[in-house]
Amino acid sequence: MAVSVETTHAPHQHDARREHHHHTHAHQSQHLGGHHLLQVEGLGIGFTMYDPGEPRFFKARQLFVPVIHDLHIAVHRGEIVAIVGASGSGKTLLADSIMGMFAPNAQVSGNIWYDGVKQDAASLAALRGSSIALVPQSISHLDPLMRVGRQVWGRGAGDKHARMARQRELFARYGLPEAAARLYPHELSGGMARRVLLCCALMDAPQLIIADEPTPGLDPALAQVALADFRDFADAGGGVLLITHDIELALSVADRVAIFNQGTVVEETSVASFASPHTLAHPFSKALWHALPEHGFVAQPVYGEEGAS
Amino acid sequence: MTDKAQQLQGDVRPVRRVLRLPRVFSSPFGASALFVARQLLRFALLLVAVSIVAFVLVSVSPIDPVQANVGQAAYLNMSEAKREQLVQYWGSGTPIWERYGAWAQAILHGDWGTSLRFNAPVPDVLAPRLASSLALMTSAWLLSGVLGVVLGIVAAVWRDRWPDRLIKGYCFVLASTPTFWLGLVFLVVFAVWLGWFPLGFSVPIGVSASEVTLAQSIHHLVLPALTLSVVGVANIALHTREKAVDVLQSDYVRQARTRGESTPSIVMRHGLRNLALPALTLQCASISEIFGGSVLVEQVFSYPGLGQAAVTAGLGGDAPLLVAIAVLSAAIVFVGNLAANILYGVIDPRIRTRRSSLRVLRRGELLAEEAGERRPDA
Repeated sequence: MAVSVETTHAPHQHDARREHHHHTHAHQSQHLGGHHLLQVEGLGIGFTMYDPGEPRFFKARQLFVPVIHDLHIAVHRGEIVAIVGASGSGKTLLADSIMGMFAPNAQVSGNIWYDGVKQDAASLAALRGSSIALVPQSISHLDPLMRVGRQVWGRGAGDKHARMARQRELFARYGLPEAAARLYPHELSGGMARRVLLCCALMDAPQLIIADEPTPGLDPALAQVALADFRDFADAGGGVLLITHDIELALSVADRVAIFNQGTVVEETSVASFASPHTLAHPFSKALWHALPEHGFVAQPVYGEEGAS
Repeated sequence: MTDKAQQLQGDVRPVRRVLRLPRVFSSPFGASALFVARQLLRFALLLVAVSIVAFVLVSVSPIDPVQANVGQAAYLNMSEAKREQLVQYWGSGTPIWERYGAWAQAILHGDWGTSLRFNAPVPDVLAPRLASSLALMTSAWLLSGVLGVVLGIVAAVWRDRWPDRLIKGYCFVLASTPTFWLGLVFLVVFAVWLGWFPLGFSVPIGVSASEVTLAQSIHHLVLPALTLSVVGVANIALHTREKAVDVLQSDYVRQARTRGESTPSIVMRHGLRNLALPALTLQCASISEIFGGSVLVEQVFSYPGLGQAAVTAGLGGDAPLLVAIAVLSAAIVFVGNLAANILYGVIDPRIRTRRSSLRVLRRGELLAEEAGERRPDA
C-alpha cells in the first residue's frame, strides 16, 4: 500500500494549490523520474527509557517516550524545503533518521524513500556521505587536531589524488584559498569554517543536502552567501532540506516550508501560501503567520485550538 | 562608570609595560630561550627543596643510625670511645644544617658522598640499582600505558555493552587492590604453583654478574613488571574510557559518521588523535605512581632496585644515599612532566604558540575575503 502511494506520480507538474502526498508544491518542485528525491511517510521515533520521575530508583519502569509521530515530508529536486520548528523539538532527530543514524534505544516506524527506492537503516547508512550529506551547524564539527584539507578529503570512494583534486576544485569554487587546506580549524574565520563544512558535504557530489541550522552565528551578509550556496545547489538539480527555527529565514530562502510542531509536520506548503493566513490550512501555521513581525506579533492561543480540532 | 573604568585601565597599563619582558624574549628564538631558562630554574629549585626535605626527614627520624646499623647487643658491649667514633662516622651528633651545608658543598663539586650503610660511594651503589629499576619501571610504564589506552578505547566503543562491563569491572577490582598483595598473589600462582617465574631477585642465584644473560634478566623482570603495570592499567583505562566516550559523542565524530565513516576508521582517524593529549598527561603523571609502586613491588620480589635501596637507606638513617635517591627520583618525575609539556605543543596546534600560524591565518582570511568578493554569481 505504501509503495502505491509512491507510484501515483503521473503528472510531473502539480497545480500549486492541489494537495498531494500531504503537501502542496512550489514552482520549483520537480518530480524527476516520477518520484520525489526524498519522501518520508508516517515516520515515528520514540525512545524507551527508565521513568525519570520515579523516586524509587531501582523500581523505575521503562517508559516509551514518543518524540516524532506521523511525520510526512517530501523533498523534490530543484527545491529548498525548510523545516521550521522550535529548538529542541526533535528536528535534529529527523535529520539523523534520514541518514540512518538511530540511537540504540530508539523505536522507529514509517517509510523513507530516496530517489524512488524504499530504504531501511542499512541502506540509508550506505547513502549517507555519498548521496545524502549533512551541513552541520558549527565549527565544532571539525576535528580540532586535523588539518582542514585532510578533513575535507574524508574517507569516501576514489583514490587520494582524485579526492585532493576535488577538494581544490571545491575550495576554488567557494572562494577558499589553497593555503586554507593547511590550516587547523581554530585558525579559520567563521565564514571560512562554514565554507569548509559545505565543501565536506559536497565532496562526494550528493543529491540531497540536509542543512542543520547552518546560519546562526554568521553575520547577515555571510548568512546570505551561505543561503545563496544552497540555492545554487538546488538550481543545479539537487534537493535541500533546511532545518531551522527561523521562520523568516525559511520564508526568504526556501521554496516550500514544513511547519514542525509537537513532533510532527502540521503543514507542508509552498512559501507563496504564506502570503495570507487564508491560504494556510493548519491553525498552528495561521497562528505563526499572525506572530510574524510584519503581521503585528500577535500571539494566539494555538494549543487550545489544536486540542479542539 | 566607564570613565572610571578607563581611568583604572589607564592606571594599570604602565605597570603592565614595566612588567613586560625585554625585547629579546619576543622573538620565537627568545621565547624558547625564556622557556628553557624558566624550566632550568624550576628544576634547580625543586632539587634544592627535595634535598632539604630529605635531610630534615632523616634528622627528625626517631631511628638512631648507630644503634640501627650496629645491632642492639653489639652496641651494649661497645666501648665509649668506639661509640663516639661511630657517632662521628654516621654524623648523628652534628646539627642538621651543618650536615646539609657539607653535603651541598660537596655536591656542587660533583661529589655525591659515601653511602654509610653500603660503605661505598653513592654513585657506585646507585648505578646498578638504577639500571634494574629503570628496566622494571619502563617496561611496567609502557605496558600499562598501551594496555590501558587500548582497554579504555574498547570500553568506550562498546559502551554499556558486555566488553565495557567486563573492562570496567576488571578496573574497579584492580584499582582497589593493594600492589603488594597482588605481588604476593602473583608469586603464589606463577612462581610457586606454576613455577613459570623465579621467586625473586633480578638475576639467578649463584651466577656471577658477568655470566647473566639478557633472557635471564627478562625472566626475572616479568612478574614484578606485570604486578606494577596491572595496577596502573586500571587507572589509565578508566580515564581513557571517560575521555574516549566524550570524543565519540563529540560533534566532529558525529560529522564523520554522517559522512559515512565506519567506527574503526573514526577511532583511528579522530579518536587516537584526540585521545593522545589526555593519554600523554596520564602517562607522564603515572611516572610518579609507578615510582611509588616500585618501592613496594621491589620489596615483595626482593628485586634490588632504587625502591629497595630507599627502604634500606631510610631504615638505616643513611642520609647521603636517601637524599641521592630522593633527588634522582624527583629529577625523573620532573623530566617526565616536562616531556609531557613539550609534547603537548607537538600534538595540539592550539597549544603551539607559533606566530607563523597566526600570520597564515591573517593571510588566509584576506585571501578568502578577496576571493569571496570576486566570486561570480551563479
